[in-house]
Amino acid sequence: MTLLHIAIISPFLMAFLVPFFYKYIRNIHTGWFVLILPVFLFIYLTQFIEMTMNGDTVISVARWIPSLGIDFTAYIDGLGLLFALLITGIGALVVLYSIYYLSKDKEQLNTFYVYLLMFMGAMLGVVLSDNMIVLYTFWEFTSLSSFLLIGYWYNREKSRYGAQKSMLITVFGGLAMLGGFVLLYLMTGTFSIRETIEHVPFIIESSLFIPALLLILLGAFTKSAQFPFYIWLPDAMEAPTPVSAYLHSATMVKAGIYLVARFSPVFAITAEWFWIVSLFGIFTLFWGSFNAVKQTDLKAILAFSTVSQLGMIMAMLGVGAAALHFEDYEYYTVATAAAIFHLINHATFKGSLFMVAGIVDHETGTRDIRKLGGLMSFMPITFSIAIIGTFAMAGLPPFNGFLSKEMFFSAMIRVTEMDLFNTDTWGMLLPVLAWVGSIFTFIYSMVLVFKTFTGKYKPEKLEKKPHEAPIGMLISPIILASLAVVIFFFPNIIAQSLIEPAMASILPSLLSEGEHFHAHISYWHGWNLELFMTIGVIVLGTLGYFTLTKWSGIYELQPKKLTLNRVYDCSLIGLDRGSYQLTRFYMTGYIRDYLIYIFAFLIAIVGTTMAINNAFVFNTDHLAQIGIYEVIIALVMVIATVTTLLSKSRLTAIIALGTVGYSLSLFFVLFRAPDLALTQLVIETISVALFLLCFYHLPELKNKEKKLRFRLANLIISLGVGTIVTLIAISANSQRVSDTIASFFIENTYKLGGGKNMVNVILVDFRGFDTMFEITVLGIAALGIYGMIKLQTAKEEKN
Amino acid sequence: MELLMSIVVGILFTAATYLMLSRSLLRIIIGTGLLSHGAHLLILTMGGLKQGASPLLGEEASLYVDPLPQALILTAIVISFGVTSFFLVLAYRSYQELGTDDMDQLRGHDQNE
Repeated sequence: MTLLHIAIISPFLMAFLVPFFYKYIRNIHTGWFVLILPVFLFIYLTQFIEMTMNGDTVISVARWIPSLGIDFTAYIDGLGLLFALLITGIGALVVLYSIYYLSKDKEQLNTFYVYLLMFMGAMLGVVLSDNMIVLYTFWEFTSLSSFLLIGYWYNREKSRYGAQKSMLITVFGGLAMLGGFVLLYLMTGTFSIRETIEHVPFIIESSLFIPALLLILLGAFTKSAQFPFYIWLPDAMEAPTPVSAYLHSATMVKAGIYLVARFSPVFAITAEWFWIVSLFGIFTLFWGSFNAVKQTDLKAILAFSTVSQLGMIMAMLGVGAAALHFEDYEYYTVATAAAIFHLINHATFKGSLFMVAGIVDHETGTRDIRKLGGLMSFMPITFSIAIIGTFAMAGLPPFNGFLSKEMFFSAMIRVTEMDLFNTDTWGMLLPVLAWVGSIFTFIYSMVLVFKTFTGKYKPEKLEKKPHEAPIGMLISPIILASLAVVIFFFPNIIAQSLIEPAMASILPSLLSEGEHFHAHISYWHGWNLELFMTIGVIVLGTLGYFTLTKWSGIYELQPKKLTLNRVYDCSLIGLDRGSYQLTRFYMTGYIRDYLIYIFAFLIAIVGTTMAINNAFVFNTDHLAQIGIYEVIIALVMVIATVTTLLSKSRLTAIIALGTVGYSLSLFFVLFRAPDLALTQLVIETISVALFLLCFYHLPELKNKEKKLRFRLANLIISLGVGTIVTLIAISANSQRVSDTIASFFIENTYKLGGGKNMVNVILVDFRGFDTMFEITVLGIAALGIYGMIKLQTAKEEKN
Repeated sequence: MELLMSIVVGILFTAATYLMLSRSLLRIIIGTGLLSHGAHLLILTMGGLKQGASPLLGEEASLYVDPLPQALILTAIVISFGVTSFFLVLAYRSYQELGTDDMDQLRGHDQNE
């Protein structure tokens, strides 16, 4: 346990204190106390930057379950530190924003900050853990706290729906990821990610390698809202806006990106990784931006925009993996550099845009762009922030999004130059989809800012008179927006301090000792293809924005019944209904049906087992002679048995049963079992008397003598059971494995037991315990019968 | 001999199963009675038949039948008697309370699940 461990779990510890602050210090907003923690953590983490720039790492182990190889290993390298800084930095800004956003008097602030701190701690744990099981634990904690935060306003139906949806999808992926981790463990014998990377040349040959790859990617894709798992993210917008800004744009949805980046050293060398990550990413980029344009809710636009941008980062990580195959790797690592760069940029501008959406909502009472318009003069500062955010998102200079978008285009163009994994055929798909997606990105960015802030002011549709937000609410978005500008002018500060160390974590095998990447970001490349692509985006995007109403009809082309949300809803309902129908189908409530299942399984399982093992043996070696008496009694028994079956009256059946019992006692006589014969005679007599008692007390109404109805299915099953029993009996009798232990009883009955009747000596002496409990059984039966007859509470209550 | 007994046991099991699959509660109990007869006969048959004297040392024979299966059957007879009598009284009580012995009517309703 070191300071680093304490730093990771400090949000959890803080979460315990929050309810006390909330309860006992009512006049100060609880958020102020919470704010201290992320600020401190951010400052604490910045001291590691210099270390990671030198290529060093920190590893510190706290024992958890050493016998299973599970230890809480905190590990700081370039990638982990970058994420940790994002989490604490944006976390601090979001807490500050939430202080002004959430009312002290109307909201349950204690639960909000407990969940938020829980999330922050879980997220830090995900990015700073080296042990996969610990990573998984924190990963599920992020799903759980996200679930709680989405359902924060739990009395709203939509919040609960969104929370459940995100929970189901992300936990599904989380479990798949756990499966992937276990497969990796089976191959390497370690849960440590660093040690797994050392085993790569060996595990790449394993047949479990591809399943592990797919399962881990499933976890990453569900968490990072990639196609087709993105559907939970738009519904998660029911959460309070600070939560959307923090979880669903800057941090949690990037956990999947982190996972892909973290496991790149393990999987990236394969073509499967390259194609799956790149293609799913690029398609998500296109699909997200395409669908963002048709949204009318500010947060829904931002949600689809997040989906799209995450797809873009994912695609760049996939393409960056190709650098491992080339000598001049620097040319191709631009994709990885761009991925990390855009990750940072996206966190800045998307965070600020969500906050802007929150401000608009807070000050006007709606987020519907059809009701908004002309807010520019009322909210000049918010408008300026929105302009910066959306222009950065659209990829325009002088904002940071421009730089990363240029690098993105470069990376995608370079795919077509590769001679790898058949990129010459399908590789063209990447730059084309990237470019088309960027045009849609431009359009929805313009929709977002201009439909809200310019155009006609519609006061009749607004619930409140709009005015500028309080300064406290504006601080966080102003900081984020300024970062978007600062990063454009001084990109190389973060390039050297954050991007290069993170690249070293993603592509460690490219570097030899003491070397480090050179991620030089320049904002002027000359008149190259990337620049023309950007110009094309601007021209076509502007055209598309102004003719939006003319071509928005294409959104109607997708049939309403084929959307992914409908697939999700229908499959949930279908599962529910299907399992209900299935249970209704076989749990009929009739005991006969259940008996049929039991007997049918008996026949099927015993029959197949015997057939498979050739267990049926017929051997006449030691069979006894058949005597005439036995044949006669057997005939009597069979006739009596058939009579119980066919008799029309119950009385006949009971008497026939008695006949079977008496013939059995005759068999006992013939087979030299005098004690059995005695007992059987007595007991059969009592049983028949009892049967007759039951028969006599039948209610008058029902006293119609009914014939047993014939059912073919019942007969087949009965014949099956009888045949199986006969076959087992014959086979077992034909192949005796060993002699009996009868000789022991014969020799010792008198010597040890002091009696001459062997059966009785066995019952009371050698195996006396059986008898004791058999007496107990009789006693319980007698008591039970007494109780049933005497205790008739139901009747008494009725009277 | 064992062959003949195995077939008789099979017939007893067939009849027992068929009766247990019927609608009348009394017939089901008759079925269980046949089933226990079959099981007892099966145990005896598997112990080997007829080759020796009764398991009484006073016989002074050179060969006795196996006493162990007989002890087991004795225990089984008593236990099945206890269970059958309990079962019969249960049936008798359910006639009294519910007024039916039809298994199709002795079935929970969806409402009171």
